[in-house]
Amino acid sequence: MTAYEKLKAARGSRRPTGAAYVDGIFHDCMELHGDRRFGDDAAIVGGIGWLDDQPVTYIAIDRGTDIQSRMAKNFGCPKPEGYRKGLRLMKQAEKFGRPVICFVDTQGAFCGADAEERGQGQAIAESIMEMMNLRVPVISIVIGEGGSGGALALASANRVYMLENAVYSVISPEGCASILWKDAAKVEDAAEVLHITADDMKNLGVAEDVIKEDFNDFPTMCQGIRETLKNDLANMQQMSPEQLQQNRYERFRKFGIYGERA
Amino acid sequence: MPTLESLIDKVKAAVTPEVIACTACKAEFPKKQLKKANMVCPACGKHLRMDARARIAATVDAGSFTELCTGLKSEDFFSFPGYADKLDKAAKATGEEEAVVCGAAKIGGEDCAVFVMDSGFIMASMGSVVGEKITRLFEYATEHSLPVIGFTASGGARMQEGIVSLMQMAKVSGAVKQHSNAGNLYITVLCDPTTGGVTASFAMQGDILIAEPGALIGFAGRRVVEQTTKSKLPDNFQKAEFLLEHGFIDAIVERNDLPAALGNLLKLHKKQTEIA
Ligand SMILES: [Zn+2]
Repeated sequence: MTAYEKLKAARGSRRPTGAAYVDGIFHDCMELHGDRRFGDDAAIVGGIGWLDDQPVTYIAIDRGTDIQSRMAKNFGCPKPEGYRKGLRLMKQAEKFGRPVICFVDTQGAFCGADAEERGQGQAIAESIMEMMNLRVPVISIVIGEGGSGGALALASANRVYMLENAVYSVISPEGCASILWKDAAKVEDAAEVLHITADDMKNLGVAEDVIKEDFNDFPTMCQGIRETLKNDLANMQQMSPEQLQQNRYERFRKFGIYGERA
Repeated sequence: MPTLESLIDKVKAAVTPEVIACTACKAEFPKKQLKKANMVCPACGKHLRMDARARIAATVDAGSFTELCTGLKSEDFFSFPGYADKLDKAAKATGEEEAVVCGAAKIGGEDCAVFVMDSGFIMASMGSVVGEKITRLFEYATEHSLPVIGFTASGGARMQEGIVSLMQMAKVSGAVKQHSNAGNLYITVLCDPTTGGVTASFAMQGDILIAEPGALIGFAGRRVVEQTTKSKLPDNFQKAEFLLEHGFIDAIVERNDLPAALGNLLKLHKKQTEIA
């Protein structure tokens, strides 16, 4: 598949959304609402549940499954109150020593006047910075589209996974095409040159690994993800809170491709 | 010995000085006069954009600036259309290695680390080198227990470096947090324009957020917001005054008052043992 075909697959309307992974991977979940400051953003669902016998906090961007829920969730484009809810739940997880598992699937943070008024940039900036500092294990899985800062706000993790047809990009290929070639139709070329595929992420070290998709047997796919999460958490729970912070710092510290001047 | 031609050029330049028009009131001023006024329009007070070196000269104590984190070179690792050319042109136009200048300096007699973004360099978008330089500056400041003063001005992440530029947001944020955890002060001065991934990371992570009057500060571009919102946005939308009104910055300080204000803030945050 080309990068553009993967982009289309990642956005596919029948692809499982964030909430489906929460249901498929964890059991006896309790959803927790609201940011305690302004409202409750339906684009982000968060709560507490069990990963087999282990309590975890989950935070998932959810695009919705029908037209009503998609409208209510702004098609998975979170508002500042969504990121603030996410951060609230992360800090709560830290207090109680629970790992945080995030599911990322967004074209990007919501671009509306209300979101700007309520500090979209500030909300993402704070989420990234505090996430980098969490004293509990954090794992993020990009399940569909990882759109720019709005995705990174829930992906500043110790380990990041990509589903096989998920994409991750600094700018939407459409946006890139219209800036670069003044032609949104050149989205296929833009998708290629931006390097957005799961394999690109693995090659660049942006993702630890790629997870195979099998939506025809979703329960088995979720079982596989459950095993991956349990393995990772077993390793990370050997680490002190300071080691977890340092591990995350070093993970991101290495990103950058540049030369030295003579 | 100056040649006759160069002397003639000098005379010509003196007789017909280069003028710059204010982007707000359109009044024209000799470049020299505007530069002397730190690019603040003498007629209407508009804070025009300013390059990094002029900003440093206007802000830090004379002769106190030592440049740090130099010697890095951006690479066109994705063979992105037009990127190599853009880098060349930006370097020639600005005389800078990249879109941010970092260093150690004194302001009002107080030691600090400083970074200044230069919007003349590919809109000061953040690629690997910008991210690395700012990260190194924060690490330096943490190591030496120095406050950081950061002047932000940027179009956001640099799309020509793809996902690697996005990762810079988390990299810098991690370094900001370590600096903060050690009890150090970070002040950001938000300059025109501060947008996208820079707003969504280190621009908004300061202990104290100051903006210049009229500076555009936002996450999404105004045009995109207009399309989404489908209604008229207020004139001051995403301006410094709009952010102050909505509680997202601490203060708006005029450019020519910044050295005194920053010097005072640095003194206010000196460890009590140092003051005694
Ligand atoms: Zn003017």
